[in-house]
Amino acid sequence: MCITDMTAVELAAAIREGKATAVEALQAVLTRIEEKDKELNCYVTVDKEGALKQAVQVQEKIEKGELTGPLAGVPVAIKDNLCTEGILTTCASRILRNFVPTYTAKAVVNLQKAGAVILGKTNMDEFAMGSTTETSAYGVTRNPHNTEHVPGGSSGGSAAAVAAGECFYALGSDTGGSIRQPASYCGAVGMKPTYGTVSRYGLIAYGSSLDQIGPLTKDVRDCATVLEVIASHDDKDSTSLVRQDTDFTKALVEDVKGMRIGIPNDYLGEGLDEEVREAVLQAARVLEAQGAVVERFDLSLVEYAIPAYYTIAAAEASSNLERFDGIKYGYRTEEYTGLHHMYKKSRSEGFGEEVKRRIMLGSFVLSSGYYDAYYLKALRVKALIKKAFDEAFARYDMILGPVAPTTAPRLGESLADPIRMYLGDIYTIAVNLAGLPGISVPCGQDSKGLPIGMQLIGDCFQEKKLLRAAYTYEQYEKK
Amino acid sequence: MSKQYETVIGLEVHVELATKTKIFCGCSTAFGAGPNTQTCPVCTGMPGSLPVLNKQVLEYAIAVGLATNCDITRYAKFDRKNYFYPDNPQNYQISQLYLPICQNGGVEIETEEGGRKTVGIHEIHMEEDAGKLIHDEWEDCSLVDYNRSGVPLIEIVSEPDMRSAEEVIAYLEKLRLLIQYLGASDCKLQEGSMRADVNLSVREVGTEAFGVRTEMKNLNSFRAISRAIAGETERQIDLLESGEKVVQETRRWDDAKGESYTMRSKEDAQDYRYFPDPDLTPISVSDKMLAEIREKQPEFRDDKMKRYKAEFDIPDYDIDIITQSKHMADIFEAAVALGAEPKKVSNWLMGETLRLMKEREVDAQDLRFSPAHLASLIRLVDTKAINSSVAKEVFEVMFEENVDPEQYVEEKGLKTVNDEGALKKAVEEVIAANPQSVADYRGGKEKAIGFLVGQTMKAMKGKADPGAVNRMLKELL
Amino acid sequence: MANIISDETIEYVGILAKLELSEAEKEQAKKDMGRMLDYIDKLGELDTTGVEPMSHVFPVQNVFREDVVTNGDAREQMLSNAPQEKDGMFMVPRTF
Repeated sequence: MCITDMTAVELAAAIREGKATAVEALQAVLTRIEEKDKELNCYVTVDKEGALKQAVQVQEKIEKGELTGPLAGVPVAIKDNLCTEGILTTCASRILRNFVPTYTAKAVVNLQKAGAVILGKTNMDEFAMGSTTETSAYGVTRNPHNTEHVPGGSSGGSAAAVAAGECFYALGSDTGGSIRQPASYCGAVGMKPTYGTVSRYGLIAYGSSLDQIGPLTKDVRDCATVLEVIASHDDKDSTSLVRQDTDFTKALVEDVKGMRIGIPNDYLGEGLDEEVREAVLQAARVLEAQGAVVERFDLSLVEYAIPAYYTIAAAEASSNLERFDGIKYGYRTEEYTGLHHMYKKSRSEGFGEEVKRRIMLGSFVLSSGYYDAYYLKALRVKALIKKAFDEAFARYDMILGPVAPTTAPRLGESLADPIRMYLGDIYTIAVNLAGLPGISVPCGQDSKGLPIGMQLIGDCFQEKKLLRAAYTYEQYEKK
Repeated sequence: MSKQYETVIGLEVHVELATKTKIFCGCSTAFGAGPNTQTCPVCTGMPGSLPVLNKQVLEYAIAVGLATNCDITRYAKFDRKNYFYPDNPQNYQISQLYLPICQNGGVEIETEEGGRKTVGIHEIHMEEDAGKLIHDEWEDCSLVDYNRSGVPLIEIVSEPDMRSAEEVIAYLEKLRLLIQYLGASDCKLQEGSMRADVNLSVREVGTEAFGVRTEMKNLNSFRAISRAIAGETERQIDLLESGEKVVQETRRWDDAKGESYTMRSKEDAQDYRYFPDPDLTPISVSDKMLAEIREKQPEFRDDKMKRYKAEFDIPDYDIDIITQSKHMADIFEAAVALGAEPKKVSNWLMGETLRLMKEREVDAQDLRFSPAHLASLIRLVDTKAINSSVAKEVFEVMFEENVDPEQYVEEKGLKTVNDEGALKKAVEEVIAANPQSVADYRGGKEKAIGFLVGQTMKAMKGKADPGAVNRMLKELL
Repeated sequence: MANIISDETIEYVGILAKLELSEAEKEQAKKDMGRMLDYIDKLGELDTTGVEPMSHVFPVQNVFREDVVTNGDAREQMLSNAPQEKDGMFMVPRTF
C-alpha cells in the first residue's frame, strides 16, 4: 500500500508499530505535493523545512514512548485562516500577504501536542468568503477529480489536498458550509462541530457567531479522531463550551438500529440535481436497511436561511475586517495623502471583489436607519430557524439531506452571479445559524465522475449520533 | 443681548477603573511603562484574537451603579462601536449601547444657592480605552502606543440636568468621591483617569425644548471645564443672536488658546453601526452577585461625616477636609483606633499633612505614612519623648518615606534629654555667655528669656523639652 | 427596496467601510447591493412580531477571567508585522 493512500489513523498506527516513520510519511507527502500541487494549487504555503524539523522531533518522541496518540507523526494541512506562529498566514488575501503570526491557533496547538506535523497552509476563498476557492488572491484550487472543476469552498484547498493525498487530513473552517461543501465536492469527509466545541482563538474571523473549525479527512474514523483532538474548552474564547462528551471515537460503532432520521422535503425540491437527489436517497435507503427509521418531513423556513445568513455574516464580517487597515500588520499602500486615504487605498487594493462586496453590504445593513429592518430582522429569523430545528429534533435523531444542490461546478461558472453562488449554500447555511453539528459523507459520484456528498445534521452536542450513522454507512459501502 | 439664555449641560464622564489588568486580556494596566510593552494580540487587534471579560470590571461597574442609585441591568451585553482611528486597534471599540450595565440613577449635589438638586444618571456602561497617539514632528507622522488600549473604563452618562459650571464641578466632585471611596478608580482629571465630555446647549429662559447641543472633549481640569463651559455658552448665544444655527458636533477644547474647534471631517460619518459583540457572552447579574457587591460597599462620605460628628469631638471643618479622601479618613480612623486622641490626629492631618501635600503636590489618596506611625508619633509627643519641633521634623520624613518614628528617633538620637545635670550645665553656660540678656531679664524685660531658651535649645541640639529649659532658667536667674 | 441604493449610499458606505471604489466599481456595487437587498427583503415575508432577536445561539453567560496579570512584555512580537515603526511604536500618517 502506498503510504499516501493511508488514512491518518492507519499511518499513525504504522508509525507506532515501526512500519513507517514520520519522516518517511512527510517525504512521501511532500513528493506528492511536488507532483500535483502545480496543477491543483491546494497550498498557499508549504513549510518544508519546518515540517521536516517537526517530523524528526515527533519521531523521536514516538520512539521514546512520549507520544502515543492516534495522530502522532501524521502530516496535516491547515487552512490559511488559522494563525500559525512563524508561518505566513494570508487568509488567501493580498492584504495579509506578508503576515506572520506570533501565536498559533488553539486548535492547531492541540494538534501539535498530539504529535501532528504541520505541512503548510491551504488555499481558500479570500477570508472564507466564497464557495469555490476562486476568490483567493493566490490563484484557484482545482478539483482533483476533474481539474476543470472547482473543489468547492471556502476550505477548497484543504478538501482538495485530502482528496489528492497531498496531506493525510486537514483543518478547515465552516461559516455557512465551508467544510461540508468542499468535502462533498472532493469526496472527503468533513465535519462542522457544534458552535463552541473547537476554540476559535487564532481563527481569523469571518462571521464570529457562525465560524467553527473542523476536520476534513479521508474517512469517518479519521474525522472522529481529529475532532477528539481539536475539541477543547479554551478560556481565551468566551464562546468556547465546556463539554464532557468529546470522546468522539467512541461513536465509531456500526449500528443505527432504531435511529430516527428525517429527510426534509424542503431539501429535495426545486434546484436539486437529479443525480445528487438519487445518490442521497440511496444512502438513506442503506441506513434504513441497517435498521434506521427514515421519514420525510417539512422542516420549513429553508429559503429564509440564505438571506438571514448573508445579512448576519456580512454585518459581522464588515466589523471583523475593520482591523485590516495597514497599521499593525499586512499590506499598506505605497502612496497616499493622509490617514483616511491610506486606509481607503490599502483596503481597496488589499481586499478582493467578493470581500469588498460583503463588507459594503455588512456596513450598510448595520448603518443608521437600516439596523432594525435588516440586521435585527435577520436575528429574529435566525431565532425562528433555530426553533424549526428544535421541533425537528424533538422527532428525529438527525436530519439527512444533500450537502449541495449539485456536484462541483466548472471553474469560472459561479462567480459571474453571486446570488446563484449563494443559493448553492442552501442546505448547509441554516446549520451555522442554529449552531448545530453537520457532517458531509461521500455517497457516490455523478455521471461525470464527480463526488456527491450526503449531509447529516444533528441537534447541538449530538456529533456522536452523526458519526455513528456516518460510520455505519461508510462501513456498509466499503463491503 | 436682549434675550435671557439658560445653559443646559449633560456630562459624559469616563473613569479608568483601578484593575490590575485590562478589560479583555491579561496585560498589566500599570502606569508609565515603555510604549507597547504592555500589549498582546488581544489589545493590539491581531487577527484571530478574542476578548474575555475581566470580572473585576463588572464588579466595579455594578458597585458604582449602586453608589449612584442606578438600576442594575440583570441581562446586559457588550456591543461593538465601529469607527476607524489608529488608536483603536480593531477599528471597533467594545462598549455597551443597547443593554448597559446600569441605568436610571442619580446623585444629589449642593447648588450655589445652598440648596440641593439631583443630577440624573441616564446610564453607566463598560468599555475599553483606546491607545495613545504621539505626534512626531521630526517625521511628521503619528506614533501609536497600545499600552492604554483595553484599559477598562466606565462611562457615566448624566441627564441634561446641570445649568452652570459650578453644578458641573459639584457633580464631578460627587462622582469622584463616590468612586474613590469604592476604590474603583483614583479619578484624577490631570492624569486622565477621569475625563469629562461636556454636552452643552443653550435655550431661552422659559422655553421647554432643548437647543441643539455640542459635545466638548479634552477637558482635563476643573478650570478647563469652567472655561470651556463659559466659552461654549458664549459661542452658541452669539450664533443664535446673529441668526445662525448651532451645529450638532464634537468640538475639541484648547485650554491654552481658550477656544474650541470642530473635530468634524467629511471622513467622519458618526455612524457607529453598533451591534452585539458575538465574541462575548451576555452578562446575567444574579441576586447573589448583587448581594455580594452590595455587602462590600463602603461607608460613603455623607454617612461618614454624620458619624464623625457624633463620635469625635473635632470641628466640622476638619471633618469636611478629612472625609474628602477615603484614604485620609482611613488614616484618621485607624490612628484613633490605635489609641491616638482624635483631636490630635486631626491636627496632624489638617496642619502638617495639608501643608506638605500642598508644598509637594501630593494627592490625599497618595499619602504614604501609615496610621500606626502617626499614632506612635503622637504618643512620642504625648510622653514628652520628643518635643514638637522634633516631631515636625520626624513627620516630614514619615510623609516621604513612611519611617517608623520610634525607630527613627532612636537611630538619629532625637529623644529629649531628661538629664537634669546636663540641662543645668547647659543653662549655666548660656547664662555665663550672655550677660546682656541676663541683665535685661533681671531688669524686667521678660522677653529676654526667649533668647536664652533658644540659646539653651541650640546648645542641647534641640533635644530638650523647652518647658523644662524655661523652668530651669527662671530658677537659676 | 433596491432603489434605496443611490450614488450617495455607495459613497456613504465607502466612507463607513473605508473603501475607495472606481466609477466602474461603484456602478457594479450599486447593482450588486441592490440585488442582494432585494433578495434579503424576502425576510419581510415572515412575521417576526414578538420574536426576540437571537444574537447568541446558546444561552452561555458570564464567561469571565480573574483580574490577574498573565502577559509580559511582548512588544517585539506585536511590532514584528508593522509596516512602519519607530521607537517601539506603530508609525501612522499624522492624525492631528
